[in-house]
Amino acid sequence: MSDISTDSAQKFNIDTVENAAATPDVQLPWAELGLKQNEYDDVVKVLGRRPTGAELAMYSVMWSEHCSYKSSKNHLRQFGEKVTEEMKKDMLVGIGENAGVTNLGDGWAVTFKIESHNSPSFVEPYQGAATGIGGIVRDIISMGARPVAVMDPLRFGAIDHPDTARVMHGAVAGIGGYGNSLGLPNIGGEMVFDPIYQGNPLVNALAVGVMRHEDIRLANASGLGNKVVLFGARTGGDGIGGASVLASESFDSTKPSKRPAVQVGDPFAEKVLIECCLELFKGSLVEGIQDLGAAGISCATSELASNGDGGMEVELTSVLLRDPTLTPGEILMSESQERMMAVVSPDNVAAFEAVMDKWAVEYSWLGEVTGTGRLIIKWEGEVIVDVDPRTVAHDGPVYDRPYARPDWQDALQADTFTGSVQDAGRPATPEELKAAVLELIASPNMCSKDWITNQYDRYVGGNTAMAFPDDAGVVRVDEETGLGVALATDANGRYTFLDPYHGAQLALAEAYRNVATSGAIPMAVSDCLNFGSPEDPDVMWQLAEAVRGLSDACMELGIPVTGGNVSLYNQTGSTPIHPTPVVAVLGRFDDVARRTPSGWAEDGQAIYLLGTTAAELDGSEWANLRGHLGGAAPKVDLQRERELGEILINASRDGMVDAAHDLSEGGLAAALVESSLRFNTGARVALDEVAARDGVDTFTMLFSETQGRAIVAVPRSEEVRFNDMCTARRFPVSRIGVVDAAGGALDIQGLFTVPLDELREAHEGTLPKHFG
Amino acid sequence: MPRIVVDVMLKPEILDPQGKAIVGALPRLGFNAFSSVRQGKRFELTVEGDVTDEILAQAREAAETMLSNPVIEDVVNVEVVADQP
Amino acid sequence: MTETPLIGSYPAGQGGAPLNGARIGVVTFPGTLDDRDAARAVRVSGATAVELWHGDSSLGGVDAVIIPGGFSYGDYLRAGAIARFAPLMAKIVDAANSDALLPVLGICNGFQILTEAHLLPGSMIKNDHLKFLCRDQVLRVENNATAWTNAYAAGQDITVPLKNQDGQYIADEKTLDALEAEGRVAFRYVGANPNGSRRDIAGISNAAGNVVGLMPHPEHAVEAGYGPGHTGTDGLGFFTSVLNTLLGGK
Repeated sequence: MSDISTDSAQKFNIDTVENAAATPDVQLPWAELGLKQNEYDDVVKVLGRRPTGAELAMYSVMWSEHCSYKSSKNHLRQFGEKVTEEMKKDMLVGIGENAGVTNLGDGWAVTFKIESHNSPSFVEPYQGAATGIGGIVRDIISMGARPVAVMDPLRFGAIDHPDTARVMHGAVAGIGGYGNSLGLPNIGGEMVFDPIYQGNPLVNALAVGVMRHEDIRLANASGLGNKVVLFGARTGGDGIGGASVLASESFDSTKPSKRPAVQVGDPFAEKVLIECCLELFKGSLVEGIQDLGAAGISCATSELASNGDGGMEVELTSVLLRDPTLTPGEILMSESQERMMAVVSPDNVAAFEAVMDKWAVEYSWLGEVTGTGRLIIKWEGEVIVDVDPRTVAHDGPVYDRPYARPDWQDALQADTFTGSVQDAGRPATPEELKAAVLELIASPNMCSKDWITNQYDRYVGGNTAMAFPDDAGVVRVDEETGLGVALATDANGRYTFLDPYHGAQLALAEAYRNVATSGAIPMAVSDCLNFGSPEDPDVMWQLAEAVRGLSDACMELGIPVTGGNVSLYNQTGSTPIHPTPVVAVLGRFDDVARRTPSGWAEDGQAIYLLGTTAAELDGSEWANLRGHLGGAAPKVDLQRERELGEILINASRDGMVDAAHDLSEGGLAAALVESSLRFNTGARVALDEVAARDGVDTFTMLFSETQGRAIVAVPRSEEVRFNDMCTARRFPVSRIGVVDAAGGALDIQGLFTVPLDELREAHEGTLPKHFG
Repeated sequence: MPRIVVDVMLKPEILDPQGKAIVGALPRLGFNAFSSVRQGKRFELTVEGDVTDEILAQAREAAETMLSNPVIEDVVNVEVVADQP
Repeated sequence: MTETPLIGSYPAGQGGAPLNGARIGVVTFPGTLDDRDAARAVRVSGATAVELWHGDSSLGGVDAVIIPGGFSYGDYLRAGAIARFAPLMAKIVDAANSDALLPVLGICNGFQILTEAHLLPGSMIKNDHLKFLCRDQVLRVENNATAWTNAYAAGQDITVPLKNQDGQYIADEKTLDALEAEGRVAFRYVGANPNGSRRDIAGISNAAGNVVGLMPHPEHAVEAGYGPGHTGTDGLGFFTSVLNTLLGGK
C-alpha cells in the first residue's frame, strides 16, 4: 500500500460544502451530467443548498436510469408484492440486495442474477461483454458466495450484416476471455439474430454462486467504529466519459479533458479478488461487503451507508489511483473494474491485511462507520460531500411515465400469419416439408451454436453435470450428496412484441419448462428487462404489461423473482428494440446424477410426445423465415406447464425417461432434429395419429409453437409406468416412434427420411459460414 | 524520466498466426501495399535518473531472460528514449 | 481448496492397490484455475492431495507434484513466464533434476510453465485459428514408459478435454527430431490437429521420463458424469500411473 502523492490535491480548487453553502448562485453543469431540471431542483431541496461538485457527481450517477430504476421502480414493485408465503419460504435474501439468495437445503444456499451490459457491448464489444461478466460475478461474490458458473443470452443484428460480425467476434471473445480466465464454466446461453437489435445488441450475463448459509453477506455498513476499506484494482478514469465536464472543477487547463467512456476489464485481477474474498468470508473477516459496479464509489459508499444503521465518513484522498489527475468528482464516478468495498471491525483489520498481502491485492482504509446517519466524504480533511445516503441510493426520483397501448397494436395482432402473403406456397408435399425442416434447422436462430460455445470452458471446476446444447445448465453443489442446481434463460422478443403481457409469461414458461425438462424443480427467477425508451408511451406500455405479466405468472407458478435488472433506452433513433424480457429460472436437484440430457442414445427406446398441438404459427421461427411478424403469441397455459413439469421431474427422478427435450422455437421439427443430432442417434416417428387427434395437418404438427409440450425417450421397461403416470395426471401423451440407432436418419413415416449427416451439415454449417 | 524501449519479435522462422490474420484483414480496409505483417511486443522500462551503461546492460539482460522467450522470440531492439517533453 | 472428500465411485485401483499415504502436491499460483480439479483427481485415484502455494520455499516432502491449468498471472507477458520464477518452482526444478527424479506433471498452463522453466523443451504460442477452443480431444498414448503414463497401453487412444487459447506447441526441427528419436513424445492429437501443434504433439516428457507436460486436461476426465461424453474417465490413468511409479520406485 503506497502513499498517494498529495501534490495533486493542491491542483484542484475543491468545492467544499462550506463553499457551496456560501455561494448559492454558482452554476453547475447538471444538464451535461444527465440530470433534468426537476431532478437538480430536488437535489437542492434535499440538501437545503446547492450541491458541491462532488455531490453533484454522486447524484447524477446514482439518479441515472441505470442506477435508480426511476422509470421502472413503480412497476417492479409487483415482483415483491405478488408473492405468497409459500413462495417466500426458501427465499433467504430477496430483491434489493446485490443478488437474491435461495435455500437449497442441507445448509447450502445459492445466489444468482442476470444483468445487462448492452450499450458498452455495442461501443466496444470485447470489453463491454467482458466487463458484463466481471460485473455480474462481483455481484455474486459480494453475497458471500463462490461463483460457480456463468451463462450468456445474446441478441445481435442480422447474421449477414457486416456490423454483426464485429459485435459477434468481440462479444464472444470477451465473454470467453473473461469467464474462462475466472475459472467459471459457461453452462448455457442463447443466440438470436434479428435486425431489430442491429444498433442495439443485447448482451445479458448471468452468474450463479453457492455458499453455506452462514456465509451469506449483505451490503450494509453497521457497527460504530468499523472501518471502511476499498480493495482490488486502482481507480482510474474508466467509464466516466460524460463526467469530463467536471474537469472544470479543477480550473486547471493542464490536465487532459478526455476520459474513456469504456470500462476495461482485467480478469486476472478479478480471479485474485474472488480467492481473496473467499478467504475473507471463511475467516469471517468482513461485516459487510459491496462490489463496485455502475457509479463506483458513489454507489458503494451510499448503498453501504444507506443499508446500514449509522453513517459513514470517508477521506477520498486515501483512494489508490491509477491516474493522479482525477478530480474528486471523477474519482466518485469512476467505473474502474475489479474493486470491492468492505466494512471491517477493528480487531479484524490485521487479519484482513494479511489476506490482502497474501494475494498481493492493494487496499486502502477510507474511513469508518459513524453514528451520524450522514455520508460525509472529505478531501484532505475538508468536507466535500455531506448527504443523507438514503437520498442518494434509495430515495431517488421515481417517475410514473405515461403509457398507453400503441394505436398499431390491434392491427398488428389482426395480421395473422396463416393466409398472409408470406404464407403463400406453404410446404405440403413430402419434398417441400423435408426442405422446410432443413431450412429451419440451418436458420440463424435454430442452427448449432458450437462456433460460440467451443470458445467457452465448460469443464473448469469439475462440477458441470450438464451444459449446452442440453435444455438447462446443471452444476453440482455438494460432491458428497450430488445436490445441485439447474439454470435456463429464455426470451422471445417477437412474441413479446405481439403481446407484451403474454410474451413475458412465455419467457418464464419456457425457462421453467427447460429446467423441469432437465429434471430439476424450479425454485426462483431472475429477470433482465431489455426495452426501448421509457419516454415513449408505447414502450412504457410494453414494459408495464411485461412486468405485470411476468409477476402474475411467477405467482401462478409459485416461484419468486429474487433479483434482476432493467436496461432501457435500447433504441436507434425512434425505433426501439422488441420488448425483450429475458427470464432466468433456477431449479434444484437432490442428485444431479439424475439429470436428463436432451437427446436419445439407446436403440429401441420409445419416443413420446407430451402435450397437444394447435395451429399457432404467429411469431414462430417459421413465420420469421418467411418475413412475417404479426398475430397472436402462442397461448399461455401455466397450469399445463406445471403439470408437464411435474411429469418430467418425476420421470427423471424415477428413471422413467433417458432423454427429454422441450418444444419451443421451431416446434416439433426442431426438437426431433436436435434430439437426434445430440448423440448422433436417429429415430423413426409417425405423426399422423397425433395430428389427427389434435385436428392439425402435418405442417402445423411440425412447425407450430404451441406451448406446454415435450418429447421424451422411454426405455421399453418403463413404458407402462410412464403411461400410467400420464394417465393418472390426465396429461395428453402419445407414442410417436422409436429410437433407431441403425438407421442413421430421422425418418418421419409417410413423409421423408433425412440422413443424420445431412441434418448435421445443415445444422452446423451456418455460424462457421458467416463468422469463420 | 528516461525510458528504455525493448522490442521483441517472434523468431523469423516461427509462423505468426496473429500477423497472418492482420495481413489478411488490411486489404479489406483498402490497405493493399503490405505483403506481410508480424506482430511483436514493445516494452517501456522507466529509469529514475540517468541511464548508465550498467542500467542499459540490466535492461538487455532482463530482455533476454524475462521479457522474451529465447526459444521462440528475439530481442530486436534495446534503446534509450529521452524524457517526455 | 476445501472440498468435502469425494465419496463416490472410482475404479478400484488400476494396475494395483491404491498406495495409502502417497502425497501429491498441487501448486497454486495467482490465477491458477484447475487446482481444485487436479486435487480431486488425486483423491479419486486414492492418494492425498497436498496444497502447495507458489510462495512456499519447501515442497513439504510430497512424493510428486502437479502444476495445474489456468491463467497464472493472467498469462501476462507470456503464459507461464512469470510463474516460472516463483520460489517454489526453483525447488520443483531441483527435485525433478535430482537423483530422486521427483515426478512432475504439467497440465496446460502447467506445461507452459515447465517449458518456460526449461524442464521441457519447446514453447506454446497462440492456437493457429486464434480462438479459445474447448473440445473433447482424442489423444494417442505414444509413450507409456513415463511416470505419468504407465497405466496406459502404448498406442492406446484416450479422450480428454482440451481447452485453451495458446496451445500450439512449437520447437525447432532439431528439437522435434530429437523428441521423436528419443521416444519423448508422450501424446499426439488424433484426427484433425486442433491448434497447429508441430508433429501433432499434445504432450512430451523429459529424458528421464519423470517430467511430463501436456496441453489437454486429464483431471477433467476422472469422474463418471463429468468427463467427455458424460461417461469418460480416461484421464484417471495419469493419476494412478504416478501411484504405480511411487510404488515401484520407478
